[in-house]
Amino acid sequence: MGNPMKIRAASKDGITEVKVLMSHEMETGFRKDASGAPIPAWFISEVTAKLGDKVVMEAQWGPSVSKNPFLAFKIKGGKAGDKVTITWVDSKGDTRTDTATVT
Amino acid sequence: MTFEPLSRRRLLTRAGALGLLATIGTLVTPRLVLAAWNKAAFESKTLPETYKLMGAEGATESGDVQILASDIAENGAVVPVQAVSKLPDTTQISFLVEKNPNMLAALFDIGPDMVPDVTTRIKMGQTSNVVVLVKAGGKYFTATKEIKVTLGGCGG
Repeated sequence: MGNPMKIRAASKDGITEVKVLMSHEMETGFRKDASGAPIPAWFISEVTAKLGDKVVMEAQWGPSVSKNPFLAFKIKGGKAGDKVTITWVDSKGDTRTDTATVT
Repeated sequence: MTFEPLSRRRLLTRAGALGLLATIGTLVTPRLVLAAWNKAAFESKTLPETYKLMGAEGATESGDVQILASDIAENGAVVPVQAVSKLPDTTQISFLVEKNPNMLAALFDIGPDMVPDVTTRIKMGQTSNVVVLVKAGGKYFTATKEIKVTLGGCGG
């Protein structure tokens, strides 16, 4: 289980803007270590976003999303006090879920 | 107190703990309502092949799709890109980098509760066209922008 995500969710004029900063190496599999051995790929491959209990977005990522991925998106609806939940799964099967309260 | 009941109790405790873990597992696991990870598309090495594997052959350029990014990226490892679609019934937004080893960087399946406006950061090995591919009303539309990279994001 990786480090916690930083999630900000703010509601304005009926739209909830969510910003997420994840903590992950996002290793491409194309790099080599100091001894010349290839470093195996290791990256977040799936991301799910929920408002309350409802899935609003599902993302599939490859290794060319930057290290410590940043993600921003907008949900129709949502109000202060609602919960936004983000879950990621990486290529090793590790997973992490964090929740933020909409402000 | 004999050895047997103790070991039985321990066994039951362990079984209980395992059961609890399993329950937490099912609660935490996201309910995947949409497609599984498209391995073939993420690993394909040409743009036409990637389009084909995404079912996006025949995608057309559209002024209603916008890609917002700066013209020059100082660091190819972290290139901020934003995609906005003004097309009704937008269900998918993808970012593709033409000159990366694998074109497809990220794909977002969005439900009707989303504003079709997604921002992320991607790696670019070199100066390249970046394509935003949008699925709207079952058809695919694109917007393309060249981003100049002064420091590569891969292999470093």
